[in-house]
Amino acid sequence: MTIFIPTPLRQFAAGKDTLEVNAATVAGALDELTQAFPDLRKHLFSGEGKLRAFVNVYLNDEDVRYLPEKEATAVKAGDTLSIIPSIAGGC
Amino acid sequence: MSVLRIAATVYDAIRAHGEETYPHECCGALLGHQTAEGWRIELSVKAGNTRTDSAHNRYSISPLELVKIEREARKRGLSIGGFYHSHPDHPAQWSPTDFSEAHWMGCSYAITAVAQGKATVTNSFLLAGTTEEDKRFEHESIELFDAVASLVPAGESKQE
Repeated sequence: MTIFIPTPLRQFAAGKDTLEVNAATVAGALDELTQAFPDLRKHLFSGEGKLRAFVNVYLNDEDVRYLPEKEATAVKAGDTLSIIPSIAGGC
Repeated sequence: MSVLRIAATVYDAIRAHGEETYPHECCGALLGHQTAEGWRIELSVKAGNTRTDSAHNRYSISPLELVKIEREARKRGLSIGGFYHSHPDHPAQWSPTDFSEAHWMGCSYAITAVAQGKATVTNSFLLAGTTEEDKRFEHESIELFDAVASLVPAGESKQE
């Protein structure tokens, strides 16, 4: 499967915008990502090891937080995992 | 100082979007290439403001919409280089809310003041730093360039 790395995190991933992984679950894919690029870990996860609140992870078009199995959801070849920090604000 | 280079047509489009949604905030993404001096923005993509509860002074873009915008950017060989939004009847300066909700380090955040329905000042701020702890907004200059036609495939462009 392919993990898409967003613009702000590429500086911690040797400039790469994608990474191909062979994981069984979403958590496994994220683990492979942070093993390949350890500097990414603190930007994705809190000190307690949970995804930071502003980091959205989508398996294809589904928000992983709302999948029944969440990060334990099984993945297959051809799936995409998009990491998307949130965008909001206002005056 | 960082420079945001932006196609003149895109610059006009994001300002027009602010007028279109007035008195609500508009929002969208800026797509382009990263250069040593800053982002060179070739396209903008309008996004919906999910903050319908307080659209006059808040904006938020659906993460799924962002996922789709990023896919479209990749197809075009572009990256999300920043975002834009408007401040209806408010200066084109970043607010504490803008800062606390900003997480795209190294990207540009363009803000257009819209006074009584008319776009006035547009400013851009680079979200500098590498972590949530040391991030900061840095004012950057805006330079316009004329878009080269070949960069924007006719008929399928999302350019506003």
